[in-house]
Amino acid sequence: MTEFVSALLLQSGYNAALVAIGSALLGLAAGGTGTFVFLRKRALISDAAAHSTLPGIGLAFIIMVALGGDGRNLFGLIAGSALSAIVGLLVVDWITKSTRLPEDAAIGAVLSVFFGFGVVLLTVIQVMSAGKQAGLEGYLLGSTAGMLFQEAATIALVGAISAGALLLLHRRMIVVAFDPQYAETMGFSVRATDLMTMGLVLLVTVIGLKVVGLILIVALLIIPPVTARFWTNRVDRLVTIAAVSGGLAAYIGAALSAAYPKVPTGAIIVLVSFVMFAISFLLAPERGVVGSLLRHLRFQHRVHRRQGLLELARGETIYDRMTLRVLQRAGYLRGDGVATLAGRAAAAQELKNEARWEIARRRNIEFADAARFDGLSQIDTVLTADEIAEIDAELSRQIGAVS
Amino acid sequence: MSDVELIARDGDRVGRKDPECPLAIDGLTVSYGDKPAVFSVDTRFGKGRMVAIVGPNGAGKSTLMKAVLGIVPKLAGRALFFGEPFESVRSRVAYVPQRASVDWDFPVRVIDVVLMGLYRSLGIFGMTSKKDIAKAHACLERVGMADFARRQIGQLSGGQQQRVFLARALAQDADLYLLDEPLAGVDAATERAIMSVLKDLKSEGRTVVCVHHDLATVRSYFDDVLLINVRKIADGPVASAFNDRNLQQTYGGRLGATHIAELQQPAG
Repeated sequence: MTEFVSALLLQSGYNAALVAIGSALLGLAAGGTGTFVFLRKRALISDAAAHSTLPGIGLAFIIMVALGGDGRNLFGLIAGSALSAIVGLLVVDWITKSTRLPEDAAIGAVLSVFFGFGVVLLTVIQVMSAGKQAGLEGYLLGSTAGMLFQEAATIALVGAISAGALLLLHRRMIVVAFDPQYAETMGFSVRATDLMTMGLVLLVTVIGLKVVGLILIVALLIIPPVTARFWTNRVDRLVTIAAVSGGLAAYIGAALSAAYPKVPTGAIIVLVSFVMFAISFLLAPERGVVGSLLRHLRFQHRVHRRQGLLELARGETIYDRMTLRVLQRAGYLRGDGVATLAGRAAAAQELKNEARWEIARRRNIEFADAARFDGLSQIDTVLTADEIAEIDAELSRQIGAVS
Repeated sequence: MSDVELIARDGDRVGRKDPECPLAIDGLTVSYGDKPAVFSVDTRFGKGRMVAIVGPNGAGKSTLMKAVLGIVPKLAGRALFFGEPFESVRSRVAYVPQRASVDWDFPVRVIDVVLMGLYRSLGIFGMTSKKDIAKAHACLERVGMADFARRQIGQLSGGQQQRVFLARALAQDADLYLLDEPLAGVDAATERAIMSVLKDLKSEGRTVVCVHHDLATVRSYFDDVLLINVRKIADGPVASAFNDRNLQQTYGGRLGATHIAELQQPAG
């Protein structure tokens, strides 16, 4: 525990501090990039890219050893993994385009075949030169124990590059994700934009191999935006919250990993980000479970308020206990059940609102099946001014016809 | 018509590049698989006109619009906007897709959607200025949605969503507006609001082309009509082209004789 706290505070020595900072930067880049993958609903394809890196790692290792170099050279492994991920993505694209197979089937096939091939290569390496391959399996689930300065610096650099690219591209990425057909007419090619997004995913994936591992990198791309979605309805804030929560999860995860070096770092980071997801799922005011419950209670309150006020307006006796309680608490009803002045005014207002809704429902067939057009909301918060003006004109015609 | 005349007419159509003509379509064919969705359609839309594209379900109305804009690939033929290919005059053309084509749970507000109409003119980092926001607000004002600028788009009714899409197109300040079913499933007040905006656009000398589904309003809303059912059946002023023979040919047995007779009554 003390080990964890001192790692959190960057007091666990040079290497642990390096790991924590590097991981946080990776989390930032992954969360920001992942937001656009999530909005474009392409989480699966990024998982295919991640799994397709494994044969590239194996082949790069074999080639580097065969050429007499160090098989674990970081840049060699990064280049190999990126190339093999690109091949994997091209195969998915080719299968989808040239056959009638849906994309998810193509992704499933490519993901498993590439991963299987990669596992075979790792086994071959184990037989080929035992001892030297130590560390390659760290790329599966992440292992930060022996991170070098060079590696942390690479992560920082690539993190900065992807942040810059997101800043340049976020507008076109947003339009393409929201309305691809419109984006195309604006001159934002959907295909090119998707390729750029995949390029960023690839960058994050190859630098994340060492920290989170290729099996779990997709979690670091997708969980932060999903977490952020509970907190906001605005895409610019979504990107920021996702990046920060990804960075935080990776930072805390790396610190925990310093305290429990035997557990793979990737697994710890993913679990930390899941905890953040669970907290958001429960507590986020906008879309969380507790928020929804409160909204439900407020809704129930509104239903009883409307019912009670309409009964008051019609001079009916109110029996429902909850309705009585709601009206009394609002000061519309005295303890003995007699309406106050405020109560009578509110009842008249409610009656007018109800009459407007009645006309709105009759005039517009569309409203009939829309749940929001229920008479519970004040009509001017739901309809535009010209719509209300038309309804009021009809209302006064009706009143004129009666009198 | 003799062979010579036929060649002369087609030669004229294909050969000329008219910068005054907002949209000229020649021999446009689109196909999903082996079955053509739009087959060899030639037509041109006149400047400052309100045009309806009319035809039964699956007749290729939306596909035609998407193909001229390059959203779906053309199998053959071409479309010239103001005498130029689309790529060189993008800024003069605004498109309003079908409302149902997007996910309305997307995390943006009404004003953000309208600002998308300005994205091509934003600076390198895509930052919006006060001027951009004021312009987007003015467009919302025109469609009667100014009070809704900060709403989440998921909270809008269908008619309000359609108004927002129109406001986004208005922000582009284009000369040609292509709208895919702008009046489908909207309430009566929204239909009036949209038609009033479209008429304003026309009176400013801009051209408006709508895929339209309601035969009863074609006469009162539009100047010209393009009747298609995969092939072009007829085009031209509503008064002459929107006749019962052409309608019968477009809709086949789907439209009864009495229905057509009703449509021929002057509107109102």
